[in-house]
Amino acid sequence: MNPHLGALVTTTPVRDVLIIGAGPAGLTAAIYTARANLAPLVLEDEPSSTSEQPGGQLMLTTEVENFPGFPDGIMGPELMIRFRDQAVRFGADVVTARVSRVDLSRRPFEVWVGDPDAAEATYRARAVIVATGAQSLMLGLPREVELIGHGVSTCATCDGFFFRDQDIAVVGGGDSALEEALFLTKFARSVTLVHRRDELRASKIMQDRAFANDKINVRWNSTVTELVGDNRLERVGLRDTLTDEISDLEVSGLFVAIGHRPNTDLFKGQLEMEDTGYLVSGLGTSTNVDGVFVCGDVKDHVYRQAVTAAGSGCMAAIDAERWLEATTDHEMATETNW
Amino acid sequence: MAEGVNTLTDTTFDEEVGTTDGPVVVDFWAEWCGPCKMIAPILEEIATEQAGKVRVAKVNVDDNPELARRFDVMSIPTLIVFKDGAPQKRMIGAKGKGQLLQELSEYF
Repeated sequence: MNPHLGALVTTTPVRDVLIIGAGPAGLTAAIYTARANLAPLVLEDEPSSTSEQPGGQLMLTTEVENFPGFPDGIMGPELMIRFRDQAVRFGADVVTARVSRVDLSRRPFEVWVGDPDAAEATYRARAVIVATGAQSLMLGLPREVELIGHGVSTCATCDGFFFRDQDIAVVGGGDSALEEALFLTKFARSVTLVHRRDELRASKIMQDRAFANDKINVRWNSTVTELVGDNRLERVGLRDTLTDEISDLEVSGLFVAIGHRPNTDLFKGQLEMEDTGYLVSGLGTSTNVDGVFVCGDVKDHVYRQAVTAAGSGCMAAIDAERWLEATTDHEMATETNW
Repeated sequence: MAEGVNTLTDTTFDEEVGTTDGPVVVDFWAEWCGPCKMIAPILEEIATEQAGKVRVAKVNVDDNPELARRFDVMSIPTLIVFKDGAPQKRMIGAKGKGQLLQELSEYF
């Protein structure tokens, strides 16, 4: 053992590739790096009822109609189980754990799960692929968290069933909001779409579907200012963004689809990111740290599709493989120079 | 109530939960709920590992809407801990095994 290493001596083995995140991007990167015999380790996070969970945002969806190769559609969770099975089949190790800290300041890179202050990192790797995705934004109103499960929902597909014949609201104006609103009309008596502007951002096909649905009505130029109810949601306060007029909307359910934020808290101060927190990639999937690659929604606020996430996961795998090939010889030479 | 994860229905719930000594963790779930599927294997593990301390059971809310209404379940997965037939504690949303064990630790 090299005496100069002193306190740095660690018994944690060094993997070739460590992938953080197990949505379409992370699992595609796993399939490709596993097939390249790089024995990737995937840290898939812990179960939850938000999109911060193994499988990511697709775990909270129902039918996925636009993933190529599935002409009859496929359920989001089922699709993600298939991604995972395919990665495991080629030798990817998948561990159910949430990453608590990363150190990308030197190689091999270090990753902790559990106690972030532990002296020894849990995992070490030559290359890291970041695929932590994005999660839905909440309104940030008082009582919002306390009312989750009592009228406020983070998962329309989980909870829509409980609002049969009730009046409910969806906040937002994009495709996700309209998808949720349309899904919820299967159960609810009425769905009020609350949108802060006077036009929707959603795609034409989704708008056509929504406007054709008798159960959906829209409150234009409105924002939710208050959540009211003792043990469960009874009504929401709305403010007209043009007149500042305040009104009440009686609803027993509120579903929020106002956009996403990337899961990048782990990488603050280490990886270059935009003001909005999205990671910045250079050529291909490379980052400002040599050997760290990024793919999927954590760096993409434009396309945000399962298929684009999968595509960029494939790119990250190929970039990581080529980078390892190019650097391993050099690093081994450095080691023998000691 | 038997070892492992027991399936309860609108008709069997009261007898099964009411006559069981010690805490029973009941998982309200459905086939179409992704997060429910994620925690199902964890609950099976807990049922085996904590056998003799807690019982674990599940209620399919599609097949048993009466029970979901009665216990005010508006989001799944919801876990409710019962003792002598009465609800003691409620946990909403899927969680990892470590967190579930921690929240249930008062019953072990």
